Amino acid sequence: MTRENTSFRAGFAVAMSAASLLLSFPAYAQGSGPSVPEPALSAGFRFAENSGEELFANICQGCHMSDGKGATGAGTYPSLAGNSNLEAGGYPVSIVVNGQRGMPPFGAMMSDDQVAAVVNYVRTHFGNRYLDAVTSEDVRAVRR
Amino acid sequence: MQTERAMVTRRDLLALIGAVSGSAAMYHAMTSLGFASDSGYKGPIRLEGDPRGASVLILGAGLAGMTAALELRKAGYDVRVLEFNSRAGGRNWTLRGGDSFTELGGFRQTCEFEQGLYINPGPWRIPYHHRALLDYCKRLGVTLEPFIQLNHNAYLHAAGAFAGVPQRIRDIKTDFQGQVSELLAKATQQGRLDEAVSKEDREILMQALRSWGALDGDYAYKANLISGDFRGYARAPGGGLGAEPVPGEPVDLSEILKSRLWRYLQNFALHTFQATMFQPVGGMDMIGKAFAREVGDLIRYGAKVTRIQQDDRGVTVTYTDPDAPATPRQAKADWCVCTIPLSILSQLPIDVGRRMKAAIDAVPYSASVKIGLQFKRRFWEEDEAIYGGISYTDLPVRQIAYPNTGFNGAGKGVLLGAYLFDGPNAYEFTSMSPVERVARAVEFGARIHPQYRTEYDNGIAVAWHRVPFALGCAGRWTDEARAQHYDNLCQIDGRIVLAGEHASYIPAWQEGAILSSLDAITRLHDRVVKQ
Ligand SMILES: Cc1cc2nc3c(=O)[nH]c(=O)nc-3n(C[C@H](O)[C@H](O)[C@H](O)COP(=O)(O)OP(=O)(O)OC[C@H]3O[C@@H](n4cnc5c(N)ncnc54)[C@H](O)[C@@H]3O)c2cc1C
Ligand code: HEC
Repeated sequence: MTRENTSFRAGFAVAMSAASLLLSFPAYAQGSGPSVPEPALSAGFRFAENSGEELFANICQGCHMSDGKGATGAGTYPSLAGNSNLEAGGYPVSIVVNGQRGMPPFGAMMSDDQVAAVVNYVRTHFGNRYLDAVTSEDVRAVRR
Repeated sequence: MQTERAMVTRRDLLALIGAVSGSAAMYHAMTSLGFASDSGYKGPIRLEGDPRGASVLILGAGLAGMTAALELRKAGYDVRVLEFNSRAGGRNWTLRGGDSFTELGGFRQTCEFEQGLYINPGPWRIPYHHRALLDYCKRLGVTLEPFIQLNHNAYLHAAGAFAGVPQRIRDIKTDFQGQVSELLAKATQQGRLDEAVSKEDREILMQALRSWGALDGDYAYKANLISGDFRGYARAPGGGLGAEPVPGEPVDLSEILKSRLWRYLQNFALHTFQATMFQPVGGMDMIGKAFAREVGDLIRYGAKVTRIQQDDRGVTVTYTDPDAPATPRQAKADWCVCTIPLSILSQLPIDVGRRMKAAIDAVPYSASVKIGLQFKRRFWEEDEAIYGGISYTDLPVRQIAYPNTGFNGAGKGVLLGAYLFDGPNAYEFTSMSPVERVARAVEFGARIHPQYRTEYDNGIAVAWHRVPFALGCAGRWTDEARAQHYDNLCQIDGRIVLAGEHASYIPAWQEGAILSSLDAITRLHDRVVKQ
């Protein structure tokens, strides 16, 4: 999140400038107490996870669930499992980077490589078999 | 961070002064724009004129929906409300012992807090200038008590500073202010500010710095009884023999700067967080419950809206009941006030123009996670003399907030063990199971309060993207999205008008939900009586 002009009059305003948070700690895993279970957490405003699997399990899973099947309450998180919308790799790339309706944009919080990794993971798991991997160049192309 | 020089240079000083006068200038600009005054509430709404039996269907029984229901019924409308949940209030919500909650994905938690203890997973504090909300609290008989935003004895903590040892807010605040004052006094004495400050003002400035910064006669900020009057003492004054106070050593400015702990001081300065803040006695949902006492008879619970249609004669809303999800039902009315959060509304078929639809689709919702932890005793009070307020940390839990009620009591206590908002950690915590969220909150919190390890009892975690009736914390508007879409979102489209937190300039505050609703129904009523 670049905090691009997000209004900070919001109720939960954490009141931290982006600059003041750009500390270069390693991911949180240290600890003096009993060992902290995996996964390690990101520090700062960008995701620290790198593999598609880790990125999915720590971000996408929050809404699309661990089996990729989504969930329904008063609204729905769509299933990514066996999803023919993923056939054209550019579509999920664009959604992850720019967001779409209830799906937040993650472009500012992930590198091109990270976006490509998580999209390739989703397109080859949960019953999807799209073997034409997307590249970080594909990601760069959809960044607005 | 480690690469920074150990010395505070003059450039740092000037940057500091710039930051100080910059924010003062910004504050002034904000005041003259009206942001920093009251929220614009003009007292109880008066909807004059006869609606001639017109009917209104309100979608959602949060504070926006119930405000509309209360006022429109009073104005003579035939009102009905459709609400997905089996309770009223929406995000205005409190969890107490015995309550259970199933999040999207199926994890079910039952709150095991003791009788009388609770956590507000959503809204928890009310600024004194949220006049509309305060007025409804008064009219509906909701008793308020103080919410403590600033407790000087709570902590500021950074994992990478002061060897991870939490610092009292009082020390950081006083020592930062004192040493900045000392630097400014030096700069003034050396003639460095001659161009910026007149001779007459310079003398007053020196007096002011001495008074504000706790400086001694030489304009120095040091360990002495003058600074001690502000920051407390190494040994506080007592009675009898050996009672003489001993001053404590200030925290070095360079260390404060590099620790970044100063950034949290904003949380006590921002207009939205200034004293006096309030909370309802007994839990935030006292407000939702008070509204429901007035309008509960109008609400149909368990009604999940799936489609909103309109034509020139009226509005037709399709919804399902939990018992018969396969059998859609319909409700009809002349008009519709829709308060369904955009995270959900953006997925529903709705007959509105292209512009309003684009606006509905333009606002993603923030991630937020709150975790309530019960402990076997109120160790923060007993061991650390922290009565209410909030400790801030750069650990993923971000905040630890102490109960603002039940002070000095024996027995168990509940604190807010994490309040994450946006950023990677909020998504990462959302992705965990509730058990893991709680476990990690305990683990991180123990680095600030080691008593966690022995005193922890039980906990409950709410991740807002997994909340079935909200799918997110609050609308995350950017300035660009507002410029392009906000007015289109708020316009009446045929027979439909939207209201809610998302249709306000006070996002993620209950005041925004109420003001947006009052504005929407005022315009709607105007159209109805003029028809
Ligand atoms: C973590 C957090 C912290 C906050 N902190 C504060 C604070 O300290 N102070 C403060 O004043 N505010 C705070 N807020 C903001 C406050 O909670 C909201 O601004 C306010 O409650 C929103 O009211 P609303 O009526 O607009 O929406 P809601 O309360 O969300 O009401 C919408 C209603 O619509 C219903 N609904 C949804 N979908 C459907 C459907 N398909 N069919 C039928 N009904 C449906 C929902 O069940 C809900 O009852 C916070 C919010 C969060 C999440
Ligand atoms: C905050 C919740 C949330 C998170 C986190 C999230 N999504 Fe989504 N996602 C959504 C919603 C809501 C939609 C439906 C958007 C719409 O209405 O079009 C969606 C839609 C999608 C779609 C389109 C599906 C289709 O059939 O058209 C893809 C692909 C997708 N998400 C991938 C991802 C990936 C990959 C991640 C992790 C990087 C992710 N999402 C994280 C909420 C989320």
